Order: sequence, then structure tokens, then C-alpha cells
Amino acid sequence: MNANYMYSLIAVIVLLLLAYVGVAGLHLEVLFGIVFPYVAMAIFVAGFVYKLVGWAKSPVPFPITTTSGQQVSLPMVSPARIDNPNNKLGVVIRMLLEIFLFRSLFRNTKFEIKDTNKFSYEMEKWLWLFALAFHYAFFVVLIRHLRFFTEPVLLPVQWLEKLDGFFQVGLPGIFLSGFVLMAAVIYLFLRRVWIPQMRYISLPADYFPLFLILAIAASGILMRYVAKVDIVNAKELTMGLVTLRPTIPEGIGVLFYVHVFLVSVLLAYFPFSKLMHLGGIFFCPTRNLPGNTREFRYENPWNYPVKIHTYEAYEDEFREKMIEAGLPVEKMPGPEKNLEEGEKE
Amino acid sequence: MADELPKPEELIDVEHVPPITGWMDTPVEIRKGMYCYAGNPKSLETLGAPNPRQWNPTDEDWKLPDNWKEIVFEGLRERLDKFRSFKVFMDICVRCGACADKCHFFIGSGDPKNMPVLRAELIRSVYRNDFTKAGKILGRLAGARPMTLDVLKEWWYYLFQCSECRRCSVFCPYGIDTAEITIIGREILNLLGLNIDWIATPVSNCYRTGNHLGIQPHAFKDMLEFFVDDIEEVTGVRVEPSFNRKGAEILFITPSGDVFADPGTYTAMGYMILFHYLRDLGLDITWSTYASEGGNFGFFTSHETMKRLNAKMYYEAKRLGVKWILGGECGHMWRVIHQYMDTMNGPADFLEEPVSPITGTRFTNAKSTKMVHIAEFTADLIYHKKLNLDPSRNDHLKVTFHDSCNPSRGMGMLDEPRYVLQNVCNNFYEMPSNTIREQTFCCGSGSGLNAGEDMELRMMGGMPRANAVHFVKEKYDVNMLACVCAIDRAALPALMDYYEPEVGVTGLHELVANALILPGEKKKTTNLRGEPLLGMEDEDAE
Amino acid sequence: MGAIRQLLSNDLEKLLIESRAAILQEWFTLVVETYPSETARFLKSQKDPFANPVGRAVRNGVEDLFDELLRGLNREHAGALLDPMIRIRAIQNFTPSEAIGFIFFLKTVIRKIIGKKILERNLSQEFYAFESKVDDLGLIAFDIYMKCREKIYEIKANEFRNRHYSAFRRAGLISEVPDDPALK
Repeated sequence: MNANYMYSLIAVIVLLLLAYVGVAGLHLEVLFGIVFPYVAMAIFVAGFVYKLVGWAKSPVPFPITTTSGQQVSLPMVSPARIDNPNNKLGVVIRMLLEIFLFRSLFRNTKFEIKDTNKFSYEMEKWLWLFALAFHYAFFVVLIRHLRFFTEPVLLPVQWLEKLDGFFQVGLPGIFLSGFVLMAAVIYLFLRRVWIPQMRYISLPADYFPLFLILAIAASGILMRYVAKVDIVNAKELTMGLVTLRPTIPEGIGVLFYVHVFLVSVLLAYFPFSKLMHLGGIFFCPTRNLPGNTREFRYENPWNYPVKIHTYEAYEDEFREKMIEAGLPVEKMPGPEKNLEEGEKE
Repeated sequence: MADELPKPEELIDVEHVPPITGWMDTPVEIRKGMYCYAGNPKSLETLGAPNPRQWNPTDEDWKLPDNWKEIVFEGLRERLDKFRSFKVFMDICVRCGACADKCHFFIGSGDPKNMPVLRAELIRSVYRNDFTKAGKILGRLAGARPMTLDVLKEWWYYLFQCSECRRCSVFCPYGIDTAEITIIGREILNLLGLNIDWIATPVSNCYRTGNHLGIQPHAFKDMLEFFVDDIEEVTGVRVEPSFNRKGAEILFITPSGDVFADPGTYTAMGYMILFHYLRDLGLDITWSTYASEGGNFGFFTSHETMKRLNAKMYYEAKRLGVKWILGGECGHMWRVIHQYMDTMNGPADFLEEPVSPITGTRFTNAKSTKMVHIAEFTADLIYHKKLNLDPSRNDHLKVTFHDSCNPSRGMGMLDEPRYVLQNVCNNFYEMPSNTIREQTFCCGSGSGLNAGEDMELRMMGGMPRANAVHFVKEKYDVNMLACVCAIDRAALPALMDYYEPEVGVTGLHELVANALILPGEKKKTTNLRGEPLLGMEDEDAE
Repeated sequence: MGAIRQLLSNDLEKLLIESRAAILQEWFTLVVETYPSETARFLKSQKDPFANPVGRAVRNGVEDLFDELLRGLNREHAGALLDPMIRIRAIQNFTPSEAIGFIFFLKTVIRKIIGKKILERNLSQEFYAFESKVDDLGLIAFDIYMKCREKIYEIKANEFRNRHYSAFRRAGLISEVPDDPALK
């Protein structure tokens, strides 16, 4: 047993029970259906902004782009305008590819030796594939949920639902995204447990969001396909939240409150966790700056003068030897020793 | 029978089970061959660096100031406020593991703390403890741990097992750059006087005498004049380098290692031959004894030290009144020039946008920094057919090219040296694609780790590179490893000596000079190293 | 060697060849498990020879050595096959016995996998002969290990000399050097 994920698993189970007991036993629907979501949203927004402002307050003193390709220099070489961009457009494309396709993660290129049978080519893009599946599935699920917060339901949301429910098998229609999300989360978890080097580097903070998202997805799927909740009433609640006229309709079902509570926890947890990579990627100087650093000067806001060893101090120390060796000097030694400040700001 | 005999692996004490404790609870063991000696107090004094004293990494007592924890805390705080990179990198890692097996030190040593993610976690854990709410409240559960002497020792041990090569940053989905974390971590260690001598002493030498090795001006000139004799012996042509000459058009700066130790010396001769050849075509260039170091071990110490050493380049260019600066082959020197120099010590408004006096090419990619890489310069010469080259003079060589980390991932100079190589030699073969260009493997000795006492570390770190060389050696009979970095030229011969003894190491401009047909040269029978050219084995190599 | 070669009857050889894959897999596993488990997994699973040179050396090494043992152990061949593995282990965090001890793992592996059959088919004598070849291999490995360690010290010395000597020689200072080799 691994303490790191046990702690996280227990934490998520406790949260689950908390919501269940709170609603089913103590009838705290208002707390779990209205107060917590509002508080969580407030923490999320404030925390997110706080974090971004915190990053933005620290300046970027040097343009430390990771140049992952040929620079723009001479006509005989063809530059990699995306991997080593020399202008804003290139940077934007690089960032877009990074954000939408996880380009760097995809870069795990492999080399195959063809003339020996000892090694076989092995596709090792699983991490990339599942990470991408996870994020897109999450995104689709998120957009789909806009149905609960808009009236009438936005057209793009309806289109997306159609697309997502492409595999229509009976009623209700199956949304692929929820299952992909579950599968990807499970893969990402198993990967951390099975691969010793992953297990070694993983912290409770890596397992907790996985379990939390798993529980959210599972409760959502349960609600939709198994223990159905009153969807009309559920929407009344969620619409009440967004229109700032919160109400608690009767008989939605406990599962709904559990789901909402776990989402609230995720929201509140978000800004204080590694999940902030969502915002952080935009702030990363190795990716969001062009590599044209010899072409255009980059300003460091806190650049300060430093003590240097001047040529004059250098010549003072070595003048005689330099003259003897026939090296030109600034000052020929006169009868009086010419004392000068040795070091200069 | 099978069950009665003792099992040999039981007789040998090898741990098969994973360490029961997690990495936070596995204290560092400072092992011989893996670390460099502590910085000489005299060198620290020259620089006015904190806490100069005699100390030994294997001693229990590191002779730290009493308030060292406070210094570390303040050091972290200050840098979090000054470097967005550092702050973001402390927060956003999701420990996906993509970087884990990209580090040459992990691949070679198998030490899990050499996985870039874990190297960074060594610092992150303390950051979380001291600077984040989650860490303060949840402690270990949030991946936080307090600073202790053991943690500090761990920082020191593993931050000096990172060569700041940035290979991991190429693969990181968020662009987290372990080099940046190591740079800042080392900067904090330096606040406590925890540097290594292989860095501290070159820095101190460079500060005072202008170069890492402490070569004084007259000796520097002498060295190059000995090269003049050597060159005359091989080519029959006497070259005339000039020094500290005011009014020259171009200032030339290269790492001093090439003036001092083989095989870099042949590269230095290569520059001299090229400059001589170009003199009649209009090249007006001078060397400097004051700015006689292109390398900058200050970069491996702190941002401030880097700036103090680098300042000499512009300072000297201004004093001599040159128009622009040409830089020799070096790795980290070029990261400093490309990404730091103009910002730190610019604007260089007293210089002009570099224009090749031979071809008239404007190096617009260097128009602000005003410093051009010699591989760019030479590639341009070849492109304009200004060099009379006979690549067959390098026919005894089968060459492969090692991309140095910094010109690759901190600049993007990948094809210029290849263009030059393909024009000066006939046999050029690439190593496997995931070991070159932006994915190049480090020599294992970068960032000031090319000392003698950490030879095991260097051999481990260089193993992935040696392995790729082995491949081309077997496949194409490669016998020469070309590079554009002075640390490579110092470190790779040792690496090759251990793994691939038949493979030599050369700088790019050694090959250029060997292929260059000089006006008035004698019949060439050997290259600069005195080795007979192909078909000239029987000639009297005088 | 010739005598041993004869002792290795076709029967044992056949048995070993039949179980080659299983033996090699087990041997390989034991060797990589001399590394920390986080690393062992990487060594086992990363198939790219350039991303994983240690794993490659071990995998190639055990295969080739096994075949060489079956062929009858030519000292020179065996040395060449052992070299890449030992060369790496000689600089890694191993004591000398750990660095070369992996060779003897083969004995256990064979006992574990085909020990019963060896007894059933009465091949103990042949197997002892085979085992003594494994011992020979261990001795060869020891020679290589020592050469590697000597090489490390030689490189250290050479590098120091190379860094300083040629410059001093050029500067005509060479007679003054020995007193103060550091001469920074």
C-alpha cells in the first residue's frame, strides 16, 4: 500500500460521505446546493486571479526561450519558425500547438535500429495520448454542462452534445466524453502506481485531483445512466445559482448534491494546486518568448550596475609585463606612479 | 541439486527491493567520484563572495553561517520576486514524468534523484513549506518539507550533478527548464559559500586576469605566438595575429581553453589561419588579452557574477573602438551572449550592426547584440565562395557532429556548423536523430563539472553521447567527433578515451583550416596535428 | 577450453537452447534489478537504444554472453562482449563485487529454470562443467573491471597533463612545472 495515494483516496471518500450524510441525513441542501458552490466559485476566481497576479508581479528578467530548432540566420539554412520562433506570430503558433496538441509531450521521438532484431520499435506516446484525451474529454464535459447554466441552451452546446452523443445506443444517449474522461483518469492513476519511477515521484497532491475527478465523473455518469435524478429540478437549482436567485427545488436526489459538492471542492482546491498549470503555461518564459534575442534587445526591469574589473585596473596590474611583451598600453609609466581607482561601478 | 546450492546473488549484497522510504526520507550520500572539490576560499575572496573558508563536502560540518536557514529563505524569496520563470516552475509541475528519462545523468547513473522532476522537487519541497499556504497547512501531504542541513547537502550534491543542458525542457509540456532551477539553486548555495572549486577559481581568475586559466597578458600573447610557429611548420605560412589593437574593425573573443589545451589549441590555430587568409580580402580583426575569455563560469555561479565577467566584452569593444564582435566556438558562452549579454550589459549602441567585410552580408539576426558566431561568419564566407577549400585534405577523417547543449537549446544554431562541415570534409555522418540537434545529449561535463575528481560522474553523464558515437563508429567507421564548444573539446577526449578510444575530438575550425588552401603555402603533407594527410603517408613529414 | 567444450554434451546444450529465452529474460531481470527499482523499470521498458544505453548494454550483453558460453567461451570474444556492461558498471555506484557479480546470477537462473530437468536427465556433470565456464567468465570480467578502473585513473592523470603540459611546453616552462603543478 502506498501512503501517498491512500491519503488521497481516504480524503475523497470522506468528502463523499460528508456530502451524503449532510444531505441525506441532515438535510443541509442549502449548504451543499447553494452556499458551498458560491463559496467555492469565489475561492476559485479569487485564488486564480491571486495566483496569476502573483506570477505577473515577478518580472521576466531574461529571454530564456528554449530554442527547439534552427534559428533564423543566413539564407543557406532553413529556420524552424515554430520551434524557434523569431517573431510574435511564431510564438503564438508555438503556444497554440503546445496548448491544444501538447506538442512538447509528443516529442518523445524514437529511433529504430533496422539492422538488428534485438530491438523493436515501441510506440511510447501513451502519456501524450491519454493526457490529450483527458483534457479534451474534460473540456467537452465542461461545455456540455453549460446546458445547466443557460436558458435557452446555446446552439454550440447543442451541436457539441450531438457530436459527443454520436454513439447513440438506446436512451438516454451515451455521451462519449464522460467515459473517455473516466478511462483517461484511470490510466493516469494506474501509470503513477505501476511505473516505479512514477510512483517514486508522485505526491498525495498528484493522486488527490485524480481521485476527485474520478469521483466527479463517476457520480455524473451514475446520475445520468443509473440512479437518475430529476433533471428539470436540477436545472432549476443551477439556473438559480447563475441568476443569483438561488432556490432548492424538491426531490433532486442526494447524488446530485454529492456531485455538486465534489465539484465545489475541486474548484476551491484548484488555485492552490498543480492544477494551476492551466494558467501557468501562458506565463512560461521558455515557451512564450521569441528566440530573436540577438536581433532585438530585451529589457530587464531590475538590471543593476555591478562591480567589474576594468581594463584600467587590469593594465595597472600588468603594465610592465605588457610593455615588455610589446602589447599596446593606455598609459606609459611616468616617473610618478599613476594611482588610479582600481575598480569601478 | 537446484535447491541445495546457495544462490550466488544471495551472497552479494545487492538491493533488489525498492527503497522502503520515499525520496524525502532517503538522505543524501556524498559519494567519491560524483562531486567536485569545494571552492578555494582565496577565489571567493577575490570576488567578494560570501563565506570564504576551507571546507570539505564529505565533512559533517560545512562551516555555514549561523543564520544560514534565514539566508536560504531570503534568497528564495528574493528570487521568487525577481524571476517569473522560477516562480512559475515552482508552482506548475504536475510530475507527469515526461522529463524523467531525458536526463543524461539519470540515464547514465540510474540515480532516481537525477530525474529532472526530482531534482526540481528537492527545491520545490522547501518552497512549498515556506511559501505556500497548502504546504504550511498540509505539510508532507502537500509535498512540503522543512529546510534542514541534510536537505541543503542534497541540494548541493544534486545541483552540481546537473549540467544545465536544458534537454528536459524540450520535452516538458509546460516548458519547465531544470537549468533555470539549477542556476537559481546554485545562486542560493553561493550565498552560503557553497561553490565548487572548478567553478570558483576560473571565475576568480577570469575576473582578475581576463581568462579562466589566469594567463597573464604577456603569456597569452606568447601562447598565440607559439601557435604562429606551429602553423608555419605545417603550412609554410607565417600568420600575424594582433592584440589589443585600437581601431580594428572587429574584436575576436573565444574561450581561453582553446589557447591552452589540446585539442582546442588546433581550433585556435584554425581561427588564426582563417583570419590570415581573410586579411587580404579585407578582414581587420584583433584579439584582446583583457577580454581573453569567451567562456563565463559566472553563469554557473550567479546572475550577478555572470554579468560582472561578461561586462568585459562590451567594455573592451568600446575601448578599442571596434565596430562589432566575432565570437569563437563555445557552448555556454553563446547562451550568455544570445540570451543575456545585451540585456545585462547592453545596449551596445557604440557598436554597429555586424557586416561581413568580405561578403557584405549583414548579420541582421545579431543586429542588437552585435556579436556574430564564427560558424555563422564562416558559413556565410563559404556560401559566397570566398574560401578556397580542399575538403579532401580531411579525407582521412570520418566525421560526426556533436551539437553542444547551449548553442542548440539556448540559441538554435544547428545547421550553420553542419553547412561548414559539409564543405570542409567529404565524410560526414549524423548520429541518431534523438541524440542530436535540439535533442542532443550533453558531453556530461558542462556547467563547470569538467573537473578531474568527479570523473565517474562525467563518464556516467557522457555515456548516452558515447553510445551514439559508438553507433556511427560501428556503422560508418567514424573516427572524429566535431563540436563547437571548448568544454566539449576539453571533456569529450576523456569520454572517448574511456568508451571509444579510436575516436578523436576536433573543433569545427580546425577542420576548416586544414581544408583551407592558403596562398603561398608549401606542399602540405600533414594536418595541424602533424598527422599525415591521406596519400601523403610516405612523404617526409619533416 | 577444449576439454570443457567436449564435456558440454549435446543434451545439456539442447536443454539450454530450448530454454534460452526464459533464461535470458530472468538473467536480464536480475541484472537490471541491481539498480534502484525506479531505474530498473526504465532500463527494462525503454526500448530505444539511444535513450537507454545501459538497458541496451545489459540486454545485448546477456544474450551474447549466453551464446558465447554455448559456443565454448573464447576469451577474446567473451571479453569484447563483456566490455560494454562492465565499462558502465565500473563507474556506477557499485562495489567491485557488485559490478561483476551479475555474471554468477546465470548459475542460479539456470538452476531455477532447468535444474529439475538437469537432474532428471542426469546431466549434473555436464552442468558443473558449464558452471566452471561461468566462473571463467567472472574472472574475465574481473580483468575488464580492473582495466576500466585503471583507465579512469589514467584519464584523470592524462587530462591533468594535457591541460597543463602542452601549454607549458609551448611556453618553454616545462622544466619549472613539477614543483607547482597546480600553477593556476
